[in-house]
Amino acid sequence: MIILNGEPRERDGATIAELLVDLGVEDRARGVAVAVNGEIVPRAQWPRHHVDAGDRVEALTAMQGG
Amino acid sequence: MGLSTDQIPITDTPFEVAGRTLRSRLILGTGGFPRLETLADAIRATRAELVTIALRRIDPAARGSLVDVLEECGVELLPNTAGCYTARDAVVTARLAREAFGTDWVKLEVIGDERTLLPDAPELLLAAEELVADGFVVLPYTNDDPILARRLEDVGCAAVMPLGSPIGSGMGIRNPYNIALIVERAGVPVILDAGVGTASDAALAMELGCDGVLCASAIARAQDPVAMAHAIRAGVEAGRLARGAGRIPRRLHAEASSPQDGLADLTPPVA
Repeated sequence: MIILNGEPRERDGATIAELLVDLGVEDRARGVAVAVNGEIVPRAQWPRHHVDAGDRVEALTAMQGG
Repeated sequence: MGLSTDQIPITDTPFEVAGRTLRSRLILGTGGFPRLETLADAIRATRAELVTIALRRIDPAARGSLVDVLEECGVELLPNTAGCYTARDAVVTARLAREAFGTDWVKLEVIGDERTLLPDAPELLLAAEELVADGFVVLPYTNDDPILARRLEDVGCAAVMPLGSPIGSGMGIRNPYNIALIVERAGVPVILDAGVGTASDAALAMELGCDGVLCASAIARAQDPVAMAHAIRAGVEAGRLARGAGRIPRRLHAEASSPQDGLADLTPPVA
C-alpha cells in the first residue's frame, strides 16, 4: 500500500510514470512535479523510480493561486 | 518631442527584476478567478507579463489546463510557495516548482498563521537564504517592515514584496510610511504585494515609490474582474506617472491659484 496524493492505493512497485497515468496525466507531462516521502524525484527518473510499500507520493501541478 | 492631441509621450525607466526587463509593472495573481476564460481576459486587460501560480495535488477531475491557458496568453509563470508554514516546506515547494515549470523564479511565501496569513519573518529569511544559495531568483512576500526588507535584500533576494495589508483583505495600504521607508532604503525593486482592494490602492503604492504591484483577489473577486483588471492597470500607470511628476507639498492652509494682484476695486460709492 502506498499513499498517492493523500489516498491509499494498492500500487506497491509501480513506477512514478505509471502512477501519473493513474492520475490521468501523460508521462513527462509539462507542469508536473513529484515528491516521494518529501524528496523530489526528478522527471528523468520517473520511468525507473519504483515506489515501495508505505511511500507517500505527492504528484503536483499548477493551480490558480495568488 | 511634441505633444500629440491624443497621446503625451512619456519616457519611463524600464522595470527590471534580476536583470530582466518587464513590460508591465503589474503582476497578476491567478488565484480566485471563477473561470479560466475570465482569467485569460483579465490577463489581457492587465497586460501583465508575469503571473503567479500555486503548486497543488493533481486533480484528475480538473477541467481545462491552467498551464495551457497561461501559455496561450504568452505570460511567464511565477510559482509561489503559498500554504507553506516552514522554511523547509517552502524550499522543497520552490524546488518542485522549478522541476515542474522550468523556472528558477519563485514568489516566496512562508506564512505564520491561517487567520492573518502574515509572513513568519524568521522562517522567511531562512528560506530566502537557502533558495538564493540554490540559484533561485527569490521574490519574497514580506511584512511592511523596513528592517526585514533590508535583511531579505542582504541575503540576495531579487526584489522585496511588502504587504499593504493581509492577503485577500482588500484593506489597502495600512502603513504607507513603512512602505515609503522600505522604498527609500531598497536597492532592489519593491513590489507591493497583498492588500490592494481597488485601483486607488494600486495608484497609492506607485505614488509611494513602489516599482510594481502584485494583485490577485482585488481583480479575481471583483464583481466584474475584467473591468477591475483595466482599472488596476490604469491605477498602476497613474500612480507611476504621478510619482515621476512630483506632487505638490501638503499644506495646512489654502494657497490661491488665481493672482492676488490686479484685483478689481468693486467698492460701491459712499452715499
